[in-house]
Amino acid sequence: MTIASALGSLCLALAASPQGAAPKDQTAPPAVTAFVGARILPIGAPAIERGVLLVEGGKVRAVGPVDGVAIPEGAGRVDLAGKVVMPGLVCTHSHVGEPWGADSSGPIQPEVSSWDSMDVTAASVHRARAGGLTTINAMPGSGHLISGQTAYLKLRLGRTVEELAYRDADGRFLGGLKMANGTNPQRESGPFPGTRAKSAALVRQRYLDAVAYRDKLAAAGDDTSKRPARDLGLEALVEAMAGTRIVHHHTHRADDIMTVLRLAEEFGFRVVLHHVSEGWAVAKEIAAAKVPCSIILIDAPGGKLEAAGLSYDTGAVLEKAGVRVAVHTDDFITDSRLFLRSAAFAVRGGMSREKALEAVTLAGAEMLDLADRVGSLAPGKDADFVVLDGDPLSVYTRVLETWVEGAKVFDLADPEDRLVAEGGPGAGDRRPGVSCCAAVAGWEAAR
Amino acid sequence: MKRRQALLTLGLLCAPGFLACAAAPAVSPALAPTVQGARPALPQGSIAVRAERLYTMAGPVIEDGIVWIEAGKIRAVGPAASVSLPEGISLLRAKVATPGLVDAHAVVGLAGWLNVDADKDELDGGGPVQPELRALDAYNAKEPLVQWVRSFGVTTVHTGHAPGALISGQTLIVKTRGDTVEQAVLEPTVMVTASLGDGARGGSGAPGSRAKAAAVLRQELHGAKSWMEQRERDAAKEPEEGKDAPPEPARDLRKEALVRVLKGELPLLLTAHRAHDLMTALRIAEEFPGLKLVLDGASEAPLVLDALVAAKVPVVVHPSMQRTGGEAASLSFTTAQLLLEAGVPVALQSGYEDYVPRTRVVLFEAAIAARHGLPFERALGLVTKDAAQLLGIFDRVGSLEVGKHGDVALYDGDPFEYTTHCTAVVIEGESFPGEQPKLVR
Repeated sequence: MTIASALGSLCLALAASPQGAAPKDQTAPPAVTAFVGARILPIGAPAIERGVLLVEGGKVRAVGPVDGVAIPEGAGRVDLAGKVVMPGLVCTHSHVGEPWGADSSGPIQPEVSSWDSMDVTAASVHRARAGGLTTINAMPGSGHLISGQTAYLKLRLGRTVEELAYRDADGRFLGGLKMANGTNPQRESGPFPGTRAKSAALVRQRYLDAVAYRDKLAAAGDDTSKRPARDLGLEALVEAMAGTRIVHHHTHRADDIMTVLRLAEEFGFRVVLHHVSEGWAVAKEIAAAKVPCSIILIDAPGGKLEAAGLSYDTGAVLEKAGVRVAVHTDDFITDSRLFLRSAAFAVRGGMSREKALEAVTLAGAEMLDLADRVGSLAPGKDADFVVLDGDPLSVYTRVLETWVEGAKVFDLADPEDRLVAEGGPGAGDRRPGVSCCAAVAGWEAAR
Repeated sequence: MKRRQALLTLGLLCAPGFLACAAAPAVSPALAPTVQGARPALPQGSIAVRAERLYTMAGPVIEDGIVWIEAGKIRAVGPAASVSLPEGISLLRAKVATPGLVDAHAVVGLAGWLNVDADKDELDGGGPVQPELRALDAYNAKEPLVQWVRSFGVTTVHTGHAPGALISGQTLIVKTRGDTVEQAVLEPTVMVTASLGDGARGGSGAPGSRAKAAAVLRQELHGAKSWMEQRERDAAKEPEEGKDAPPEPARDLRKEALVRVLKGELPLLLTAHRAHDLMTALRIAEEFPGLKLVLDGASEAPLVLDALVAAKVPVVVHPSMQRTGGEAASLSFTTAQLLLEAGVPVALQSGYEDYVPRTRVVLFEAAIAARHGLPFERALGLVTKDAAQLLGIFDRVGSLEVGKHGDVALYDGDPFEYTTHCTAVVIEGESFPGEQPKLVR
């Protein structure tokens, strides 16, 4: 562990006070905090008109109506009467912090990773917190058939990607694999493909290589001398085929969507379709393949040939067909601060309110294999939530506060946070964990 | 399509999957079209709109208001009880109706939705100074994005050449209808578009620095000024006795366009974001007394607010949702509000994107301005009244008043709400469908 990440862990521990700022005295923050009086939208369960969200150790301990949840003696208390509370938003497709992957040397580079590119102090990352986002899938772009490994990030305040990482039980970073087809990965000259068929052929060949690699590994068993030399790229593909690394696949046109389904079936990789502009045209096929979709809504169709079929009712059509639907920002394509607007536009196009709210929370969490931790407010899950001043799907509603694991990471009442939420001189500056460092200073003073 | 027309005549519009049609009130018997007996033929372009809330932008909101349009112009507007409509007139109903929206600056119709060589006509790379490029010769009335913005209530668009060259060309104002620019045009030549900062440093032979861009702009304007003065002197000369009159001087389209800028006939619409570029724009404008400057974008305007107020320069503010970054890293959702409160004439725009979305929708931009503190009608003004005033067309559009164009946008709720729909659009008495989920190819 580096010094920076050690410091980061300390600030995280301290930022877990209800105010999220430096402790004013030396008394430890209460172990349990009750957020009382808000209308709570737990997601996956009915709305609670006047609710209590009980948080302990960064987790949800209980959620229910004010007269149904016992608040332990000595618990901290935050009054949220008149406010709306919902789970922290989950974006399955984000480019905040510039998590770029592959370079121009070739179209298939599964060995590169967003972890090694991402700058978590970028202003865009804090803008995501200002939009109520607490979990993102930070991804490389779509200019390659396989542009690299993606990073699942928890938007804690921190200065290093290590502090924000989602990890498995062994402490390894969690992420997916970014793939793309259609026109974005095509170039006029090799080694990049010039046609759709060539794109599919290149991908198919590399997966066949991965199958052979996997088989050699299996055949070698414990005999290390028989193992093939390590190949970082093929390893990632083997993980994809094993289902431990989900493929996040950029695809727009109906025929391109079908090509993804074909390849996924052929090699058995788990896949989430992303953007899916013409998903409305092949909704039945997507449903039959039981493949989830993470869609985008933009202010006008087009901008490139393959997005001309973008439709505001894609979410509605997919929902009716029985497809699990998430909505994403694709930030910088749409601004994370207006993520809820995208969910509302899905409703404008006919999606149900219930599914549209799931589309920016629980459905996204499922598509990242994180639904056991986030995406809804239920006992045992992470205490990631957003405080709003009204209906989440109204233009007039503002994100007042964003909380991650029981710690406040964004507060509209804080002038610096307000600057990021609204913009203005200095809003684009990097933010090397300002609140985090205030917590460190407070901790040092307390000693 | 036939079915849609029939529904429109009945006064209802049911976009599939959208507004619950059953909720729309029925046409009252007194207003229903009569089926028997002769009735006087109504002039073409006659239609009426009845709205539960009617925002005229020329007075307080009218509860249950009617706009009566005859031959394309507004014949009457007021509370339903005070307007008696002629028999047989088509009546559209809405929860909310507003003046047709005015987009104060776009590239729609020159910039095509597919963003391929074949439909990119917003910027010519042939040189840094091309004020002679007419928008009239480039605007594609059949561009699908024109239909797209209209479907959200936009009826008037100031469009033309994009930012991205020191001087990129001219603009025009169109109505979002018609098969040809001739049918669509409201004003054929309106402004000349210019850029400072990164936008000026593009195209072949373009300036490579800020100071160079400013010098080239100055030199071009001085060149046109000298050319104009020489021609005026030549014209004033008495022909020498016994000699033929001198031949007409050769035309120079570039100089002629710049002369119109120098005389203030065509304002210079100058896109800049950084504070120092905005100051350069003010400095250059001051050096040419007849020149009228309109600033565009201006995300760092708050840093030089006093200078802008003193110069009395109108500002077409960047789209509220323009991407934050680069020269626009200080972009704010509140720029329009700040300028308005300081007394600067302001309007909103859909702006210009080289990628997606190829056009924004000014309705959505105004909504975000309202979200961040502008009162509803002030925000609506940025895309109706204020925009029309800034463009000099408020005598015809931008509010619902007797004698003005019959341009109305109809909604099934608060127009700014994300989940509201535009249900129909009227342009000079002609009705068009409201929003659809997608553009049909």
